Amino acid sequence: MTPEDVTLFSQIVKKRSGLVVSPEKAYLLESRLLPVSRKHGLEGLEGLAAAVRVNPPEAILEDITDAMTTNETFFFRDIGPFDRFRDDVLPPILDSRAASKHLRIWCAAASTGQEPYSLAIILMEMASRLAGWRVEIIGTDISNEALNKAKEGLYSQFEVQRGLPIQTLIKNFTQEDGSWRISQNIRSMISYRKFNLLDDFSSLGRFDIVFCRNVLIYFERDDKAQILNRIRKQMPKDGRLFLGGAETVVGITDMFQGTPQLRGVYSPV
Amino acid sequence: MKKILIVDDSKVIRMVARKIVQELDFETLEAADGQQALDACRDEMPDAVLLDWNMPVMSGIEYLKELRLLPGGETPVVLFCTTENDIEHIHEAMAAGANEYIMKPFDSEIIQAKFSQVGLI
Ligand SMILES: C[S@@+](CC[C@H](N)C(=O)[O-])C[C@H]1O[C@@H](n2cnc3c(N)ncnc32)[C@H](O)[C@@H]1O
Repeated sequence: MTPEDVTLFSQIVKKRSGLVVSPEKAYLLESRLLPVSRKHGLEGLEGLAAAVRVNPPEAILEDITDAMTTNETFFFRDIGPFDRFRDDVLPPILDSRAASKHLRIWCAAASTGQEPYSLAIILMEMASRLAGWRVEIIGTDISNEALNKAKEGLYSQFEVQRGLPIQTLIKNFTQEDGSWRISQNIRSMISYRKFNLLDDFSSLGRFDIVFCRNVLIYFERDDKAQILNRIRKQMPKDGRLFLGGAETVVGITDMFQGTPQLRGVYSPV
Repeated sequence: MKKILIVDDSKVIRMVARKIVQELDFETLEAADGQQALDACRDEMPDAVLLDWNMPVMSGIEYLKELRLLPGGETPVVLFCTTENDIEHIHEAMAAGANEYIMKPFDSEIIQAKFSQVGLI
């Protein structure tokens, strides 16, 4: 691949998603974009580059961006944040919404669904406490492929074993030819929707709790700041934001601050 | 150092498992079937057992039922580790007193994840 083509593809991905294809990751372009080229009946990466240089169809640009997303995720990833969600973050929020009995949670980089399903499993275990509540979990992602898998809710043995204790697995999944399908109860707690974090959030409404984990890490500082500030606008003062283990608001925005004793949890300032 | 008993009739699997758990700082004991495992436990109760299902002489599930009846036999954390990956086997194992269930094939990442789920690490 020529340096010009690397730049071309990197620019497309950056512009459409905010994802930075760093020079060390340039090698990924080749392996990930060849299937896109093939899918659109083009000749190799040169063919793909030529096609996007002149009036490229939206579908090709979308597939290029999708192919460059990193969808790595697993159930109860890092476990700590999920404990803090259940034990520390949720109780005061539920108390203060006892009158409306309405809770809205946004998984802003839902990927293949493991994160929203982990939250749904926790909430399902609190069913008695949440009787009569309207609980909405909205899972969004830019990747069609990841979202399709999330909606399908079908996972390999490897994927379920990585994060789910066996009791949680047998309680919430059924077995299908060696794979595991999330139960309809859990599935129905989540609405999935394709959504780009670079777009305006107002159509999504307000959220009490936002999980935006392991995605800002791939963005430039300005985009991170923009996104965090716009998340803040969708949140009441007592809302809470969860970031990934390698992410922070420090030095990026002053609209959020760390929450004492709760690692990875941020509160509006 | 915590002691773990690795029970599998395959020498290769015992070796793979041994390497993985030694990395996690466990002391290992080995048994090639349920009877040997039971004898080992009568000698000295381990902190954990990694247990295959199908073995000659005495199967993993028979061993587990016997183990839970031994004095002190309720303490070891038992993790089944087997190719019997269907839900009926899983239910049977849990009913017999297993703490976790690892479906083969496994790797160090899965062993580590399961060990931390049951509080061994
Ligand atoms: C590494 S996954 C994180 C999944 C999950 N939150 C977790 O922590 O395990 C990152 C996800 O962010 C998505 N993503 C990347 N850029 C995005 C954008 N501009 N808008 C929405 N989602 C995006 C990717 O498609 C990918 O599924």
